[in-house]
Amino acid sequence: MTTFYRLNLLPPHPSLPFFRMKLKPNIATSDAGFIFNPATGDSFAANPLAADILARTKTGQDAAAIKADILERYDVAPGQLEKDWDDLLAQLRDFNLLD
Amino acid sequence: MKLPYERPTIRKLTAGALNKFGPRAGATPTTALDGVRVEELVARFGSPLFVLSERQLRRSYQAAVRAFGTRYPQVQLAWSYKTNYLNAVCRTFHQEGAWAEVVSGMELEKALLNGVPGPHILFNGPGKRRADLERACAVAAVIHLDNADELHLLLDVAASRPAPPRVALRVNLDAGSYPQWDRFGFNLENGEAWQALSRVVASGRLELVGLHCHIGTYVLQPSAYATAAAQLAALALRCQRKLKTTVQYLDLGGGFPSTNTLKGAYLPATDTVPSLDEYAEAITGALLAAGFRTGELPLLVLEAGRALVDDAGSLIGTVLATKRLADGRRATILDFGVNLLFTSFWYDHHISPARQFSDQTEPTVLYGPLCMNIDMLRESIALPLLSAGDQVVVHKVGAYNMSQWQQFINLRPNVVLIDQTSQVHLVRAAETLEYLQQLEQVPVHLQS
Repeated sequence: MTTFYRLNLLPPHPSLPFFRMKLKPNIATSDAGFIFNPATGDSFAANPLAADILARTKTGQDAAAIKADILERYDVAPGQLEKDWDDLLAQLRDFNLLD
Repeated sequence: MKLPYERPTIRKLTAGALNKFGPRAGATPTTALDGVRVEELVARFGSPLFVLSERQLRRSYQAAVRAFGTRYPQVQLAWSYKTNYLNAVCRTFHQEGAWAEVVSGMELEKALLNGVPGPHILFNGPGKRRADLERACAVAAVIHLDNADELHLLLDVAASRPAPPRVALRVNLDAGSYPQWDRFGFNLENGEAWQALSRVVASGRLELVGLHCHIGTYVLQPSAYATAAAQLAALALRCQRKLKTTVQYLDLGGGFPSTNTLKGAYLPATDTVPSLDEYAEAITGALLAAGFRTGELPLLVLEAGRALVDDAGSLIGTVLATKRLADGRRATILDFGVNLLFTSFWYDHHISPARQFSDQTEPTVLYGPLCMNIDMLRESIALPLLSAGDQVVVHKVGAYNMSQWQQFINLRPNVVLIDQTSQVHLVRAAETLEYLQQLEQVPVHLQS
């Protein structure tokens, strides 16, 4: 999948694994939003909503359920959430945290 | 009631060089300007929107008068039109007692339309045309001579005038600051200024009333002004002694900085820029020690622009989009760019969110909406997690932006003035396509 990205080809359909928010199994996260990659030594800080999303992802909740819950609880339009969700994925990918 | 939303984000933690100032926690929002909510201003006048504070205009003017007037018996400020020639701004300063300092025929007419008497208009500028000189003579404005061609042109114009035009000589000199500005006026050190003065007096067609010197812009050394003041005073005394002509005023120009931070500066300008009192002390100290006899001190004229108006202007804008650049950096696209914020080419403007956010911030590049690579407002600034639709306020934009702005790709927006009772007045309406088109003419063969 990374090959698609590097060769600047058309991205795969959202249903494909490339777009799944699945952290690498060795990535450590805390409820407060601290993220640590023991393979590289890099550490990160997530804001409260990102930390919440990552924690739920780790427990196996799927994206649709998480998004529905966010829309229920927060003052945000569905389109804005979709855009920000993609942006979070891009950040995780950029920081090499996705499986 | 739903919870306030803030987009999910993660930030890489880096152990950079030690910083004695420490990180800033969040950004202080600016939710209102002079008591009027930003939200309300945008709802009424749209975004982007320039906002001027009449209270701050007057406060800055009075502070300058106080700084110089408490140290020297005769002080006159001349409002530098080019810095911001919106009539509301000019008239506020004229109400406070400012003369006008203009640098073109157009500015001269604006000053006259603003009710400034001709003798209270100082006409600077390196590019005066014959018609400008004739008009200045007709209204008895004081012409600040810039070069020998202009001097001879004015001598020619003066030949047909009933009374000799009043003139001052623009002098450039080495005040010890870098770079030395030598493009305006006659040089002191090489004798050019003295030669011109001698010619002015000997002609009998011009009345020499003043000497002028503008040593630069955003000059951070008060001592440079002291040098310039001392040199100008010495020249005035020489005029009195050798040419038997009393110089009525010494004009030390402008160039005083505001507290906007220059690009590349290590510390914010609020920590490094000398106060106006320091400039006043330097200039008046030099004049008082120059050797004028009691009661013969010349009038001190100052053409402060930026220092009087910068703090009084704000620019409200709206986030159009946020995106991520190839290297992962956040980029924020605003609805104003270098077309409206010309000064972003040389300042790192202070920019605040217009509502409360959490303490989370992220570094972002700030771009304007122009389809031009140069349209970058801040290369990197820590801002809250802004989303499309959020408003920001750019502070201290009163100088130059509302005169150097460009009608480029987008039309110029509304400008409002908040008066001292927090009433909002539209002082320049947003441009329309009709306004843009009205001067154009399409040749017949292109009309069908």
